[in-house]
Amino acid sequence: MTDDTPALRLEGIVKTFPGVRALDGVSFSVMPGEVHALMGENGAGKSTLMKVLGGIHQPDAGKIIVGERPVVMSGPLEAKAKGIVFIHQELSLAEELTVAENIYLGELPRKRFGLVDWDRLYARTDAILKKLKVSFDARTRVGDLSIANQQMVEIARALTVEAKAVIFDEPTASLTDAEKVVLFDVIADLQSAGVGIIYISHRMEEIFKITDRISVLRDGQYRGTLDTAETTEEEVTQLMIGRSLDLSRNVSHHTLGDVALEVRGLSCGPLFQEIDFEVRSGEVVGFYGLVGAGRTEIAETLFGLRDPSAGSILLDGAEVRINSPADAIALGISLVPEDRKGQGLVLGMNCRDNMTLPQVDDLTAGPFVAEGSEVAIFDQYRDKLDIRTPGWKQLVGNLSGGNQQKIVIGKWLSMHPRVLIVDEPTRGIDVGSKSEIHNLIRDLAAQGYAVIVISSEMPEVLHVSDRIVAMYSGRIMRTFTSDEVTEDNLIQAISGIRSTGRVA
Amino acid sequence: MQPGTLSTFLKRGAIWGFIVLELIFFSVAGEFLSLSEKAFMDFDNMLLLFKQSAPIGIIAMGMTVIMINGNIDLSVGATYAICAIVLLDAMSWPVFAGLGDAVIPVAWLLALLTGVALGALNGLIVWKTGVDAFIVTLGSMLGYRGLVFMYNGEQPTSHLNWTLVDFAEAQFLWLHTATWFLLIVTAVIWFLMNRTVHGRNAYAIGDNREAAVNAGIRVGPHMMINFMIIGFLAALSAVVFYSESGSVNPNDGELYELWVITAVVLGGTKLAGGAGSIVSTFGGVLAIQLLRKGLAHIGADTSTVNLVIGLILIAVLFLDRQLNVKGKEELKI
Repeated sequence: MTDDTPALRLEGIVKTFPGVRALDGVSFSVMPGEVHALMGENGAGKSTLMKVLGGIHQPDAGKIIVGERPVVMSGPLEAKAKGIVFIHQELSLAEELTVAENIYLGELPRKRFGLVDWDRLYARTDAILKKLKVSFDARTRVGDLSIANQQMVEIARALTVEAKAVIFDEPTASLTDAEKVVLFDVIADLQSAGVGIIYISHRMEEIFKITDRISVLRDGQYRGTLDTAETTEEEVTQLMIGRSLDLSRNVSHHTLGDVALEVRGLSCGPLFQEIDFEVRSGEVVGFYGLVGAGRTEIAETLFGLRDPSAGSILLDGAEVRINSPADAIALGISLVPEDRKGQGLVLGMNCRDNMTLPQVDDLTAGPFVAEGSEVAIFDQYRDKLDIRTPGWKQLVGNLSGGNQQKIVIGKWLSMHPRVLIVDEPTRGIDVGSKSEIHNLIRDLAAQGYAVIVISSEMPEVLHVSDRIVAMYSGRIMRTFTSDEVTEDNLIQAISGIRSTGRVA
Repeated sequence: MQPGTLSTFLKRGAIWGFIVLELIFFSVAGEFLSLSEKAFMDFDNMLLLFKQSAPIGIIAMGMTVIMINGNIDLSVGATYAICAIVLLDAMSWPVFAGLGDAVIPVAWLLALLTGVALGALNGLIVWKTGVDAFIVTLGSMLGYRGLVFMYNGEQPTSHLNWTLVDFAEAQFLWLHTATWFLLIVTAVIWFLMNRTVHGRNAYAIGDNREAAVNAGIRVGPHMMINFMIIGFLAALSAVVFYSESGSVNPNDGELYELWVITAVVLGGTKLAGGAGSIVSTFGGVLAIQLLRKGLAHIGADTSTVNLVIGLILIAVLFLDRQLNVKGKEELKI
């Protein structure tokens, strides 16, 4: 650390969205020449904080201080002008344009009359690319690069201006080990030039390798800052998860039936590889991992939305081919999708019609839809799942999140599936309804359904699962029974650390 | 060869290959089927083809810009008609009575300003309301056409100025005035899209709007400028055409938007934005005009021409989609 004035300081940042306090008085500071890690679970508020810093959201309260002056960020260009550079996690690139144009997006060097100064643009870009030791040049079309190289283009943006602070948001998510070394060199260079670096990552090994201090967010609140040299992974993990949450594990075990679904060596290109697992009827298997670990993609493959590139799927011991959702439904596999409103429901239709959507072809009286049997089905599952709605005519768009989710679940139960896949069952659902959905999932398993629950919330997987599959970048790291799982070994497994011996 | 090179090559070169194919086909078929004695690839016939491409072609350059930017403009046909009326009617306004032939540049200027203003209105609405350009310009297409009919009812608006006709029919280095305008517009718009910051930003916005916003590009003003450009070009197209014909019917320019979009799409510009080439649009314009002219040459009527062009358009887009499938892992929706 070169002097005592922080390069960037945040004081008491508050940001609320309707119904959610996304950031609740967050303060922390980055010294010049420091690599400061920002950690927290999915949804802890890291992204929102970065959006506030980048001027995409305005904070409701609090101050942003660059150097010694408080500033108001009105937009990304202003943030950049003040020396705050973002390296986004999701690639923020225009594929049809060249590498050089992407790196200088929004501030192409100009000659007179608004002409692009191509010579200067290419010269500067090539200089930057040389520092990054990449194999492509300034004139390459970004769409022709691999994802890893595209990430390097994104990183190159950090070197275009005299930055005071650079924010790296999960920069290594798609990099190979060799490219990581280059990235860490870049970070070291920036560091020695006195730039403050905020490094957002879930990967403990990286955090401990390159950062000086670690700040932790949880549920939108600042939880403290640790000196990397004086802390341990356990301490950080503990700070991230906290004790306030209900981390009780599932203890009830019902007698398990036969293997309902078995997956052997399932791969789908770069999305996931060599996936092996089985689910017995009466069992809840939780899939836990970071966003992008490949969990949803496995569900989509099982549901016929993607074609696997290798491997086999066995239902009740017999190998099946699933080419479309229609095949999956016919075989008794149902998917309650991640995005309830976008993928699970037709919001403008009423409760009954949503519930009978997959089977309305069969519910006919002559050429017409048999309204009576539709209503009968709706009534049956409304009572069974305790869906609170004034009547079947209510549009599902007007129901609460919890009741909407029950409609989706009811829709699939009415198809009498063998295997029920539930992706992020309680996303955007309030706390009370959450436990109701959790109990429902347990009940369904008790009735003999084979259930797969995909979740990014640790309390949720711990709570509902008989076994937990931990995934990390497209691979299964380890499978835990609910007796052997702990928060620590689970977090380590999904961060790619194989320290605790046994591997699934 | 790197993966993607072939499809890139096909996409860039396809339209010119298609034109060559058309030329060969119509030359050969013309020998057997045509009622006329003249060969299809007669020099004068080709010059005429360029000239006839101009009205659609000039607007197509603007449409390429708009579509690269990720928008669409359905109101160009109506804008074209309004500007034609302004052009012809202004020449007979009493205010300008004393000007003699000096009224010509004044009328031109008025028509062009009208086009820019109508385009700016479209752009402003798209920018400020955030409503999709398709809807906004669908509305303005109906609205502007309404203005055309309000002006003179079902009656044509006419004013023939012989100085103007002479200018429009002039040939310089064999090429007609209209052809020159098309070539100049093509060159200028090519320069705009490939050499200026505005042009490159338009590509970026159409390609990845969020990335553009993240990079601090002001999306709205760029879109508005592009709508003003297409308004200007619709007006210029009207100026070039009606200087010669001297009479505008209230239905003139109807379906122009669709012909223009067809030419642009044939030229390989993506409907979703971000990719497209001015030179290829020029090829698309020529290809359509060749088809129309060639089919007429071998004795097909208008309805057959439309059917063939429609089929070819769909075939081209299907081919493009096949070339762009990302691989087997893609989500099937």
